[in-house]
Amino acid sequence: MASLVVAEHDNRTLKDSTAKTVTAAAQISTPVHVLVAGQNCDAVAQAAAKLAGVEKVLVADDAQYAHMVAEPMEALILSLADKYDAILAPATTNGKNYLPRVAARLDVPQISEILKVVSPDTFERPIYAGNAIQTVQAPAGKKVITVRTTAFKAAGATGNAAIEKIAAAADPGISKFAGEELSKSERPELTSAKIVVSGGRGMGSGENFKLLEQLADKLHAAVGASRAAVDAGFVPNDYQVGQTGKVVAPELYIAVGISGAIQHLAGMKDSKVIAAINKDEEAPIFQIADFGLVADLFKAVPEMVQELTRLGY
Amino acid sequence: MKVLVPVKRVIDFNVKVRVKADQTGVDLANVKMSMNPFDEIAVEEAIRLKEKGKAGEIIAVSIGPAQASETIRTALAMGADRGILVKADGDVEPLAVAKILKAICEAEKPGLVILGKQAIDDDSNQTGQMLAALLGWPQGTFAHKLDITDSAATVEREIDGGLQTVEIKLPAIVTTDLRLNEPRYASLPNIMKAKKKPIDEKTPADYGVDVTPRLKVLKVTEPPKRQAGVKVKSGTELVDKLKEIGAI
Ligand SMILES: Cc1cc2nc3c(=O)[nH]c(=O)nc-3n(C[C@H](O)[C@H](O)[C@H](O)COP(=O)(O)OP(=O)(O)OC[C@H]3O[C@@H](n4cnc5c(N)ncnc54)[C@H](O)[C@@H]3O)c2cc1C
Repeated sequence: MASLVVAEHDNRTLKDSTAKTVTAAAQISTPVHVLVAGQNCDAVAQAAAKLAGVEKVLVADDAQYAHMVAEPMEALILSLADKYDAILAPATTNGKNYLPRVAARLDVPQISEILKVVSPDTFERPIYAGNAIQTVQAPAGKKVITVRTTAFKAAGATGNAAIEKIAAAADPGISKFAGEELSKSERPELTSAKIVVSGGRGMGSGENFKLLEQLADKLHAAVGASRAAVDAGFVPNDYQVGQTGKVVAPELYIAVGISGAIQHLAGMKDSKVIAAINKDEEAPIFQIADFGLVADLFKAVPEMVQELTRLGY
Repeated sequence: MKVLVPVKRVIDFNVKVRVKADQTGVDLANVKMSMNPFDEIAVEEAIRLKEKGKAGEIIAVSIGPAQASETIRTALAMGADRGILVKADGDVEPLAVAKILKAICEAEKPGLVILGKQAIDDDSNQTGQMLAALLGWPQGTFAHKLDITDSAATVEREIDGGLQTVEIKLPAIVTTDLRLNEPRYASLPNIMKAKKKPIDEKTPADYGVDVTPRLKVLKVTEPPKRQAGVKVKSGTELVDKLKEIGAI
């Protein structure tokens, strides 16, 4: 039949995670359609139409979808579900929020955070914080899947899909968006950055994160953190990398003052190159680091910034 | 208002799991098991609502093997009032758990169900959302802050971009994130008291739910291993090495 990918976006820009989910969808069932649910989201629909391999973009432009509140999203996706044998969303906080509702209503299991499409009904997914990989086969019937986007390449921008406006579904009227407080940053997004510099409890304070920001700015890197640094209030919750935060797989991950608990490793161990700075030579992070530096971070990070400056970064 | 708190018995978060040589799963023999950490946060939140006079009875439910009664006892020792153990061996998938919980909600009529956002064993992050959908209730997932009035809940949620607030009508489902609260330790007197609190024993069949897994696990393997690399002596050398290999 076909697969439906629910787009991740902020009404202005289409997120890279959508392009990666399209790649996964194309391996399961074609043609691939993309659903853009939002408000005043024309630019997003245009961008989705350019994704290679997408045949059609469905646009539901309505106030109830402006913030992807789960209940209206469920109603909308269910209204389309008949025509698809696979429904996918990136494993973002949005996808994780609305998609299990759809699976439950369709009476099918959801397959969360797939890493690989082995065959159209068989998938690999991480369990136990990524310490084991499960290969699961879905039963006959519709497949509802969230995609770990670090595991898939983004579809290119060579497509030219048709854009079709669709009607909104009736709002279930049991929930509403009531505000948001978004972290503002000029730096690249954590999950799509080529380089990530993360700080842990060893940073000692939020003020000290400025040190990491200097390093990040030299490298055009995103700034991340361990749970301990977030819990301590050094940085906002959306910086958290790990099993229960964001999963990243940049070209380079620099862990500073992070011990390397399994829950943290779950979110970054697929990075191409890992560098770690920690004053404790026994810290588990060194067991997976390509480059380890046993040193006080307050000495090591300024040294890095200085050397980068010298090299013209 | 009654509050229902589902709690799952899982491998302790400090244990490093080992994949079985025959690739059928992970080795759970003789490993420490505990309450799923997100569920502890859920129990704590329910107790705080009760302490503020916003919740009445707190019911802890676990679906799992006989030993899951220990997990319920932990919830009772923290301050839950009674327990329901739905005995089921082997893996019960999130959808089946949600169906059992739905049946319990229909019988108990809670105003709020607070669950952990994910269990740290299967990392599915589905059960709360599925339960909400089956009941036709709204949800506030990944809760960072929760406020309750007579008819509605305001839930501040941890999202990829920061924080989002939703207002949902009661009855509703809330799933916890890490920063919602810091769970208490049960005191010795409360552990003793918990031994006297009732736990009802049920089976999935009592609720008419078939818990046969729908997904077929073909194998469980180890992820690719990373090797420790080289040590460098200074921040300067680290930068030089990273440049050498083209990482920066
Ligand atoms: C349910 C659950 C979910 C979790 N999810 C996550 C998650 O998603 N992400 C996550 O990160 N964690 C998560 N955790 C927490 C995890 O178990 C660890 O507690 C956490 O990762 C530790 O953070 P840390 O490494 O910053 O702190 P610590 O373990 O305290 O390590 C701090 C490190 O800094 C070093 N240090 C201190 N000062 C200096 C200095 N001046 N110079 C150099 N080094 C220094 C120390 O040697 C130490 O190794 C979770 C835990 C649970 C129970």
